[in-house]
Amino acid sequence: MSHARQVSITSKLTRMNMLVCATALSLACLGFLSYDLATYRQVTLDNLSIQSQVTGSNSVSALVFDDPVSAQRTLSSLEFAPNILSACIYTPDGKPFATYRRSPNISIPAKLAISPGEKERHWYNHENIFLVHAISFQGKPAGFTYVQSNIQPLIDRVENYLAIAGVMLILSLSLALFLSRIARRSIAEPIQRLANVARRVSKDKEYSTRAEPGREEGELAELVGTFNEMLAQIETRDRSLEAAREKLEEHVEQRTAELSAANKELEAFSYSVSHDLRAPLRSIEGFSLALAEDYDDKLDGEAKSHLSRIRAATTRMGVLIDDLLNLARVTRAELHREPINLSSIASSIAEDLRKANPERQIEFCVQERLETVGDGRLLRVVLENLLGNAWKYTSKHAWARIQFAKKRLNDEEAYFVTDDGAGFDPAFAGRLFGAFQRLHGMDEFPGTGVGLATVQRIIHRHGGRVWAEGAVEKGATFYFTL
Amino acid sequence: MEDAVILLVEDNPDDEVLTLRALKKNNIRNDVIVAHDGMEALDYLFGRGKFAERDTRMMPQVILLDLKLPKLDGFDVLRALRSDERTKLLPVVILTSSNEEQDRANGYGLGANSYVRKPVEFGAFIEAVKQLGLYWLILNQIAPVARRK
Ligand SMILES: Nc1ncnc2c1ncn2[C@@H]1O[C@H](COP(=O)(O)OP(=O)(O)OP(=O)(O)O)[C@@H](O)[C@H]1O
Ligand SMILES: [Mg+2]
Repeated sequence: MSHARQVSITSKLTRMNMLVCATALSLACLGFLSYDLATYRQVTLDNLSIQSQVTGSNSVSALVFDDPVSAQRTLSSLEFAPNILSACIYTPDGKPFATYRRSPNISIPAKLAISPGEKERHWYNHENIFLVHAISFQGKPAGFTYVQSNIQPLIDRVENYLAIAGVMLILSLSLALFLSRIARRSIAEPIQRLANVARRVSKDKEYSTRAEPGREEGELAELVGTFNEMLAQIETRDRSLEAAREKLEEHVEQRTAELSAANKELEAFSYSVSHDLRAPLRSIEGFSLALAEDYDDKLDGEAKSHLSRIRAATTRMGVLIDDLLNLARVTRAELHREPINLSSIASSIAEDLRKANPERQIEFCVQERLETVGDGRLLRVVLENLLGNAWKYTSKHAWARIQFAKKRLNDEEAYFVTDDGAGFDPAFAGRLFGAFQRLHGMDEFPGTGVGLATVQRIIHRHGGRVWAEGAVEKGATFYFTL
Repeated sequence: MEDAVILLVEDNPDDEVLTLRALKKNNIRNDVIVAHDGMEALDYLFGRGKFAERDTRMMPQVILLDLKLPKLDGFDVLRALRSDERTKLLPVVILTSSNEEQDRANGYGLGANSYVRKPVEFGAFIEAVKQLGLYWLILNQIAPVARRK
């Protein structure tokens, strides 16, 4: 493409030169030609007029004395005017009086009239000019002369002119071509050079290339200079960009390595917690039970109560460890995004909750067709926790309503789970999402306090937000976006 | 089938006592051979080392296998079992503390027949062992060969 552009700039220059030259020359020739022709024609006409006047006045006496022979003689002197093909003297009533023909086959009009008062008249056909001139004697019309003249010289002249103009045109076009070569060398070539450099630079991304300054001066030299300056700027910018990118890449690599090391460590940590931390708990619980069972008769009530507390605490610690591990797992788990239907997930959780506590009077409202894209397994955990909480924190009420739906808040779509249960003090709304943070006592509502922490992590991993609203005994609403 | 033995591979002495207790609570009276690490378990099964005198035609009815073991871990033992003709079809129940997805997947991938997590509550453990005993010692004893790999 750039090649085509290059060709066209030089050929454009040449073409322009030629066009200007040809136009100027043609216009000039045309001007000369028309001026010359007009003058020439006028001169011819004047000559003809004079000739006919002379002939006319020489023939006056012949006309007056009705002497056609003498008129004939007068006419025959026209022999010396080679351009005159024929001539005739007419009587005032338009009849030929005396005629002259250069060659016998030339016809002369048998009758010709001239309007009274008219002195002279002329007309043309394609190769002749005709002129009629009135003859008067003592103020009265005595007849008129008729002359037919060849315009061949005029045609010859035009032809010569055109030939000369053609030769001139060819000569000057060649000259223009030659001149435009020179112009090309001084204008187009530097531009071409520049274009070549630009092309090389953009192809090879080699910004250290420079356009060579040639012999040219003025705007072209400035263009080359500015172009080089621009290249220099790009080069420095490119270099610093490259350096920044390398640094960034290094950074990212390092961070990634650190992150994956941390992740591995976390994984190893939770693996070992999962295996090793629970084993002693099992021993404590198991042997406390063995003690209670095997030494039932030797232990008093208080000892048995202590043992049962030990077992309860141990069990609880087991639950805490499991919850903690689940929380860690949520953080580590890879996100598998897929189209999911939150409504059907919520409904199935509601079903499970109902089955677990069939005695409870709960009205469950789930908005239909809440479809989105996300990790189905993890979002199920979110809804399990939110609906589970709603279920749990309404348990002190004989009748309760739990809703899962979506609504528009400002300019985002938020999902929410709302209930009309125990609620919470809104002053602590921000604390709910911390691990092991609870706003209700263990004796009031059981739980470990990692549910909402898990919810928050999952929502954050989906790039969303989660927040809560509520008031004591007025229920609670948990919003999340995805 | 009092003569069919159970092989318990367990390094933690507390867990050993508790597992034996859970078996007893469920009235499972089979002999229990305890191996304390993976090496010992394989020695027993293939009649090597201190079990060189053993009649290896007698294989345990079921193997209860812990995962975290010194020397060879549970997965190594499982791999060795599944790649030997003599033990390829022995029922193996993984009995472990962890509830890690990856352990479960690995266990089943290597050909374990079941996976039981040892709960903290002993009562729940007794219940789990009861289910195990029912299946592997009573229901499954009649056709010991036709088991899934
Ligand atoms: N629907 C609700 N109504 C009132 N309070 C709530 C509600 N949901 C959560 N809370 C408050 O937020 C606290 C944290 O909730 P979170 O789900 O994290 O823990 P939990 O339910 O106590 O225990 P678990 O870890 O078993 O879920 C709860 O202890 C409770 O005080
Ligand atoms: Mg909860």
